[in-house]
Amino acid sequence: MWAWLHRQGSPKRFYNWSGTLARWAGWGSLLLGVAGLYYALFASPPDYQQGESVRIMYVHVPAAWLSMFIYMNIAAASLVSLVWRIKVADMFAAASAPIGAWFTFLALATGSLWGKPMWGTWWIWDARLTSELILLFLYLGYIGLLAAIEERETAARAAAVLALVGVVNIPIIHYSVEWWSTLHQGATVTKFDKPSIDWTMLRPLLLMAFSATLFYVAVALRLARTELLRRERESQWVRELIDGRQGGGRR
Amino acid sequence: MNTPSLAHAWFALLRRDVMLALRQRGQLANPLLFFVLVVALFPLGMNPDPALLRNIAPGVIWVGALLAAMLALESMFRSDFDDGALEQMLLTPYPLPLLVLAKVAAHWLVTGLPLLLVAPLLALLLNLEGEAMVILLASLALGTPLLSLIGAIGVALTVGLRRGGVLLSLLVLPLYVPVLIFAAGAVGNAQAGMAVTGQLAFLGALLALAVALAPLATAAALRISLD
Repeated sequence: MWAWLHRQGSPKRFYNWSGTLARWAGWGSLLLGVAGLYYALFASPPDYQQGESVRIMYVHVPAAWLSMFIYMNIAAASLVSLVWRIKVADMFAAASAPIGAWFTFLALATGSLWGKPMWGTWWIWDARLTSELILLFLYLGYIGLLAAIEERETAARAAAVLALVGVVNIPIIHYSVEWWSTLHQGATVTKFDKPSIDWTMLRPLLLMAFSATLFYVAVALRLARTELLRRERESQWVRELIDGRQGGGRR
Repeated sequence: MNTPSLAHAWFALLRRDVMLALRQRGQLANPLLFFVLVVALFPLGMNPDPALLRNIAPGVIWVGALLAAMLALESMFRSDFDDGALEQMLLTPYPLPLLVLAKVAAHWLVTGLPLLLVAPLLALLLNLEGEAMVILLASLALGTPLLSLIGAIGVALTVGLRRGGVLLSLLVLPLYVPVLIFAAGAVGNAQAGMAVTGQLAFLGALLALAVALAPLATAAALRISLD
């Protein structure tokens, strides 16, 4: 089992299976996204309190989920790359970072758009908003470190250490921020309290969440593949691949 | 070969770093002056009403301390990296995390401790009095070593870069958020006459956690940076 997994992590094998996976994930994301948007915008009722604004949630909630899910992915991939020295893992982590940062930004932006009609303000220093903002800074720091070190492998390993430090800190930051906002603000505006979400609303939410996840998989794999080709450009199999693509020009 | 004991090496490294820092007093004074200046700018930038100043004092002093500590961070490994002493440290038979701890401790003694000494002065400038000042000192005593320990990870990651300064702040400041919240919260509570044990206990817990884990991460980061 382990040996099999390890073999799938070798650059050449990874390149082969990730292309297929990225293609399937991309189409899946598109299909689910179209269905999700249809249900979200047309075939679901407006909320009895939030009115039509609730439709923002079908983008906002998946983005917020993904922002955290991707950071966890980066941390897990970083651990794998540091412990087992699997190169593919750190390429995947590096490829995930910009996508995660964009989802975090999207969650903040859509939340802000939703907050204006609902809470009457673009921004409040609520615990969840604040920790999401700090998560964005963690992403930017990670990307900044990756970009600052020229030697790619060193950059990947340094960023991996940073991701692990960040993942240890995330719960601490989250709870400290939660404690802080409850200490200072008393009763904050309650998040949308839903005793049990109705199926007509859960359906687009889940569709959109799966679509976003598949989107992440497809784009991250493609970015990782490009990086892989760049780093391995001197190796035999990449040369063969390129020769094959060029219609065997050198043969 | 006859190697000195670990404790001996540890204290030798600590002494060396403190001595080196003390011989360059100008560098020591800079973060301190920065701290005083930043805090003194706030009353100038707003209405110097004593009640208002008292309200913002915990946050302003702590943000100032955070920035000053960050400014001082750069020097932690810089000169040792430049002259190759850091590489020699990696080659010694002693465990690197412990050596890192010695360097961090020395760094705190020469940059963190002075912040504690000028803090009462700043507290007076911002009308922070009585028990709140005592709590401010306690929070600084627990918090500034934390800043050095967490900061060491960031410095170790960026030490090989020519212009790591701005990047360092981006890496380190988000990680400083819990320290800021608990420390400034403790001082604010003390002003309002509420209990502060919770926040101080949290700071203590974070410090214990950081003493245990941060040197490991710093050592790993140093090995990568010096690869």
